[in-house]
Amino acid sequence: MMRPVSKAILASIWFMILTFPVMGIKLNTVEQTVEWQFDRIILLGVAIFFLSLLWNWCFSRKGRGLPLIALPSGMGATLGRLCSLPLRDSRSRAVSLTVLLLVMLVMPLVSSFYQTNIMILALLYVMLALGLNIAVGIAGQLVLGYVAFYAVGAYAYALLNQFFGLGFWACLPVGGLLAVLFGLALGFPVLRLRGDYLAIVTLGFGEIVRLTLLNWTSLTGGSGGIKNIPGPSFFGKQLSIEDNTIFIYYLVLLAVILTIVVITRLKNSRVGLALQALREDEIACEAMGIDLARVKLSAFALSSCWAGFAGVIFAAKSTFINPASFTFMESAMILSMVVLGGMGSIVGVVIAALILILAPEYLRAFSDYRMLIFGAIMVIMMIFRPQGLVTGERRKYRINALKGEQA
Amino acid sequence: MASAPFCPLRPGRTAAHKNGMDVQYFIELFFSGLTRGSIYALIALGYTLVYGIIELINFAHGEIYMLGAFTALLVAGVLGIMGFPAGGILVVAALAAIIWSAAYGFTLEKVAYKPLRGAPRLSPLISAIGMSIFLQNYVLLAQTSEYLPFPRLLPDMEFLDYIDNIMGPSDFLILVCSMLAMVALTLFIRYTKMGKAMRATAQNRKMALLLGINADRIISLTFIVGSALAALGGVLIASHMGQVNFSIGFLAGLKAFTAAVLGGIGSIPGAVVGGLVLGIAESFTTGYISGNYEDALAFALLIFILIFRPDGILGKAKVQKV
Amino acid sequence: MKKGISWLAAALLTTALAAPALAEDTIKIGVQGAHSGDLASYGVPSLNAAKLVIEEANAKGGILGKKVELVAQDDQCKPELATNAATKLISDGVAAVMGPICSGPTNAALPMFESAKLISISPTATTPALTLEGKHPYFLRTVAHDNAQAELTSSYIKDVMKAKKVAYLHDNGEYGKGFATQNRNILEKAGIETVLFEAVTPDAVDFSSVVRKLRRAKADVLVFGGYQPTASKLVQQMRRDRVDTPLMGPDGVKDETFLKMTGKDSEGVLASYPKDTSSLEMYKKAREAHVKQFGTEPGFGFYNAYAAMQAILKAIETSGGTDTAKLLEALKSNEVETPLGKLSFNKSGDAAGLGLSVYVVKGGKFVETDHTITLH
Repeated sequence: MMRPVSKAILASIWFMILTFPVMGIKLNTVEQTVEWQFDRIILLGVAIFFLSLLWNWCFSRKGRGLPLIALPSGMGATLGRLCSLPLRDSRSRAVSLTVLLLVMLVMPLVSSFYQTNIMILALLYVMLALGLNIAVGIAGQLVLGYVAFYAVGAYAYALLNQFFGLGFWACLPVGGLLAVLFGLALGFPVLRLRGDYLAIVTLGFGEIVRLTLLNWTSLTGGSGGIKNIPGPSFFGKQLSIEDNTIFIYYLVLLAVILTIVVITRLKNSRVGLALQALREDEIACEAMGIDLARVKLSAFALSSCWAGFAGVIFAAKSTFINPASFTFMESAMILSMVVLGGMGSIVGVVIAALILILAPEYLRAFSDYRMLIFGAIMVIMMIFRPQGLVTGERRKYRINALKGEQA
Repeated sequence: MASAPFCPLRPGRTAAHKNGMDVQYFIELFFSGLTRGSIYALIALGYTLVYGIIELINFAHGEIYMLGAFTALLVAGVLGIMGFPAGGILVVAALAAIIWSAAYGFTLEKVAYKPLRGAPRLSPLISAIGMSIFLQNYVLLAQTSEYLPFPRLLPDMEFLDYIDNIMGPSDFLILVCSMLAMVALTLFIRYTKMGKAMRATAQNRKMALLLGINADRIISLTFIVGSALAALGGVLIASHMGQVNFSIGFLAGLKAFTAAVLGGIGSIPGAVVGGLVLGIAESFTTGYISGNYEDALAFALLIFILIFRPDGILGKAKVQKV
Repeated sequence: MKKGISWLAAALLTTALAAPALAEDTIKIGVQGAHSGDLASYGVPSLNAAKLVIEEANAKGGILGKKVELVAQDDQCKPELATNAATKLISDGVAAVMGPICSGPTNAALPMFESAKLISISPTATTPALTLEGKHPYFLRTVAHDNAQAELTSSYIKDVMKAKKVAYLHDNGEYGKGFATQNRNILEKAGIETVLFEAVTPDAVDFSSVVRKLRRAKADVLVFGGYQPTASKLVQQMRRDRVDTPLMGPDGVKDETFLKMTGKDSEGVLASYPKDTSSLEMYKKAREAHVKQFGTEPGFGFYNAYAAMQAILKAIETSGGTDTAKLLEALKSNEVETPLGKLSFNKSGDAAGLGLSVYVVKGGKFVETDHTITLH
């Protein structure tokens, strides 16, 4: 028992020294005074002491192969168990899904404009996270510039509308298609790359798209962005802002359901299995006769397609877009949804996206700490629960001993 | 107002005059690029050292550079208020920045990367991105979102008047310091016992282990050395640009990473060459084309290199291991 | 987990249903802006201004016998959060909004406010199109738009400095680029040559290449569009490389920190900024209240926000209620005494009576010149 305690004391002293300049010194450069904030350092030391104990305890459990239920990510683990409960047999699964669907359907009718608006944003991110999940979670291709495809969709609608007067419904497929083209344009040259190199190239790609949008003022309006983007027409009629919001809500809800259905089907399809094989081992995958180029390209295309759709809807919802909405931080946020939710798991990603978008909206008091917490969560998840909140389950194929049939 | 008198065209002389001007201009841009490039090189060395040993892109490295600049600013501020002489402040602040950044680098590795040794390759990268976001916001919350002025500590160097218009005191300081740091690093890697152990670990970690080299210690050492170099870069840039902010690490880190890849990641001379090439290329882009394309060029160059020559200028092609 | 979602949804429903049940015995004024995040330093001063004005009104017994209540919504200056903040204000039933503070979020939030027929007065959104296009009848502002600044600075460059060649650098943001572009448009029409027009990256590690390019361009004046941190880096590097071209910037440059950062390099730097009104009683009162309550000097946009809040409360008082049409009428027809002088709103929604002057750094301080314009 002594060792962890002395370790924790050491850690706490170490961190107090480490954070001393940044935490402890506050300069007032105008009045030339220094404010020493020893209280903050002491507080931090105490916090580190307990965190270190927790950290060690977690490691000892991890080392013994025990589940880490009471971890910082413990809430997630409990949630995970909770979620598998109603999903266990098909009847309770059907019931809970129906209830959920009903609640989601009724929500905009009984709740306020504001709630609906937030829910739309949350559902858009669910869509984005699920889309990115195809590339990152299922196929194991780390994409750090996903927001570029989102931007392509949003600008496709905004520009086509501005210059050619095309409506939402015409632009929705165009936006998706353009995003796919961009995905392929990125996918072709990076076929040879893997892992970190791929990640960095996609990051660079995302930045280039953003810089292009920023600098090509004559087309995109630069940092001024594009405004007065109309919402979707409802059977040829333009709706008021409130009705429009409700309409977009149902639209996004439908899109999310569609996304979930498609991805579930995809995961167990031929292509989906090939993608998962790609994630596990590229070389073995190639040796098995899978056409790597085709599989990788389809991962990119499928993944970027959803971002394109989401982008079009985003532009229609917010009526104003500018490059500031498409920064690397946005990509990192979507990625952390995928990581937090559990790579490859649909339920997990949906939950994570909802938590990450809704929690800051309702906990405005913590908004300062939001990004700090995101960063910490990404690290902690990787260390203690790399599989995410919900482990992505793969369909198991059992070979019937007698007939050799697939179950 | 210092408005120049209107000069009528003198057709006979303009061409020659312009020509002479262009050589001068070329040299000016070249030295601008060199200054900027040596900062990229200092940060790039950290990326390359870490990658050479554990094949990890330390995404939070740019944040270490920022922390170095911030620590120097705070220490210099305190000393300045206490009334220390300017030259002394710069040295003490730089030392403090190097020490604390090295400590940050060391801690970063222990907290975010060490527990992930042996995990799938994406895990440490995601952990690194998380750490980068965390550190930025840590400084934002503990200090401020505003730009803080970095005290002016550099004396005027009169001997630089000879090379008028090409180099100022801080450019000179940047070039000299980074050159010294690189020489010191080379000597350290080549001739010291620890340096040799680092090279051995980079070559073959298992073999190094068998030879009795403590791999954990070498990895820690790598982070410490890389962070110290980044901190030096941070201090130099802070005194050159005169201000510090929590967000300066992102772009600088990204550019330096580009430089490391450009030179061949894992290769120490490669990082230096890559940094200088990138700096000069950017400077020429701004000088001859337009500043609008400076960043786009860096990213385009990164993508281009990774696609067509992923091993960079000086890197060696690696055989894919299963 | 599905259960988790349904609980969450149920919780949402109850809060949503419970919200409108509150009795309406107060007048709510919304304040939207960046109250957290990296742009908080631009948004918090206006929030403070709103607090002070409302406290003062309530201390006098409120408006029309009702207490005034502040409803603050944070948009972090991000367009995608701005629509949420705006809809939240609308569903909270505010009478009018002071904000948003940034132009991007204003663009995003205005359609929401318009459909709810809600007046919004921004203290700091300076994008010209917001009022000049005439598409936003319910939008007003207590700050001069960027074109007015460009009008002032370009006339100074043309008439006072008598420049022949002008260089333009900007930070590629809407504000900075807009300022540089508008200056160029006016000056080129007057036959003044553009020798350089391009962007700098604010976070770049070094500006010496662009400074050397500037030196070669031999401009008489450099028009810089952007904010103080970038401007101070640029000026320092220019002076170090012995480029003594005078720099003319927008109001984002005139800042105490700029002087602090650039030291003696700032000598001769020019900037447009609202006319000095610090001798006005109202100004002194507002400043003192801020120092007393928050212990610091007021920050960015404080007086503009103060003026906006005063205009809103005054309009509610004179129109005798919160009806939007009457409020708008009251705002546009009455003058209000504010820290920035006597203001009223013109047809397009800009504050008439606001003055702008060119300031020049002399002896380490920004000194007002007599080159001035007043908005009508």
